[in-house]
Amino acid sequence: MSLTLTPWQTVGPYLHIGLTDTRSLGQMASDGAPGEGITLTFRVFDGDEVPLPDAMIELWQADADGRYHHPEDAPERVSDLLFRGFGRMATHADGSCSFQTIKPGRVPGPSGLPQAPHINVSVFGRGLLKRLPTRLYFGGDPANAIDSVLLLVPEDRRATLLAQPDPNRQNGWQMDIHLCGPRETVFFDV
Amino acid sequence: MPTTTIPPSNKTAAKVVPYRRPDPGTQPESNYSAYRATARRAPSKPLIYLPHTLSEVTGPVFGHEKIADTDNDLTRQHSGEPLGERIIVTGRVLDGDGRPVSSSLIEVWQANAAGRYRHAVDNHDAPLDPNFSGAGRTLTDENGGYRFVTIKPGAYPWRNHENAWRPAHIHFSLFGPAFATRIIGQMYFPGDPLFAYDPILQSVPDEKSRQRLISKFDLETTKPEWALGYCFDIVLRGRDATPLLEQPKPATGSAR
Repeated sequence: MSLTLTPWQTVGPYLHIGLTDTRSLGQMASDGAPGEGITLTFRVFDGDEVPLPDAMIELWQADADGRYHHPEDAPERVSDLLFRGFGRMATHADGSCSFQTIKPGRVPGPSGLPQAPHINVSVFGRGLLKRLPTRLYFGGDPANAIDSVLLLVPEDRRATLLAQPDPNRQNGWQMDIHLCGPRETVFFDV
Repeated sequence: MPTTTIPPSNKTAAKVVPYRRPDPGTQPESNYSAYRATARRAPSKPLIYLPHTLSEVTGPVFGHEKIADTDNDLTRQHSGEPLGERIIVTGRVLDGDGRPVSSSLIEVWQANAAGRYRHAVDNHDAPLDPNFSGAGRTLTDENGGYRFVTIKPGAYPWRNHENAWRPAHIHFSLFGPAFATRIIGQMYFPGDPLFAYDPILQSVPDEKSRQRLISKFDLETTKPEWALGYCFDIVLRGRDATPLLEQPKPATGSAR
């Protein structure tokens, strides 16, 4: 007999008070964390292509070795001060927010095949009754072609999950998230 | 029958024990027309079912956070005491099987007693309270227990529909042990006459699940001559009993 679960409710327009005014985390990796340093820039848009000034993005990712700093994967790395794998930022007026991190390695997938490098993304905001989970993959990575999760996504929508090199920034990647409309990003039932 | 190559087993992959999916109707759908802001923000295409991998059964660990003394007492964060009805909110964080979730970060935020948030975009004509910020956090103890002291937030108007008012509520946010267990909700107070008119609460189809968001007045928790007590348990998703790879194969049909 399982207990009734606590249901989701929207974070509303004032989420910053509790979650980002003093608790945002854009620098996910400190200098000296092993791996390739990258900057990720997200932009969030509604169905009319209007940027969301009041959304929040959270990231969860593996380190450069493809290890999650979590008791079920790499317990010895949980207290690593240089990299913990978690990030959280509110979007600015132009719908954007950025993270400094390192490119994740490949983590195990179903039937032992490693997954392509990816970052687990959650989108929150006013008008979202629950978070929208998605993933960021790195456009052009050959491992994308055999990633078990990407293969679940209809081919014509896979591009919505591929970050592209940021023309304005070395080692920068950008991903636009469209909550709905013709360019709607793929969201997952996690 | 032709012989097939059996792929080498992967110990790490075999360790992945998925979290159970919520029953239909127990969580809101993204699209809910009575909450107007969903119209241009909710996805219109179906979500893609993601079988859990290591990415979904791991998540950020917060047990090492430094929590200040006043982080779980929102009445002691300024030089003076905030106005309003002082309350104690306490409860346990459990998984779907009733097991305590310890060392879990709980973050809360709320309006002041007058129904006003300390936020640039809140222009409700009600006073700010110089002694109230409205944000708190704590870690659950080894039994999943937690406790906040705060003031009861006021109801406030919003422009969702004609004469729309939000019932008094405290926003809460938890991570639980994994990416899959993340939850952000709102805690309400028992007997609020605004429940029936509130599309946010009513977006949860299942009545028992809605009740899960409503705290209970508790005389035991109430501190004489000081503050009313409310109990509020938070239930995160539980896990499948056995790893998928160890489950007996179905007699017929192919494995998914």
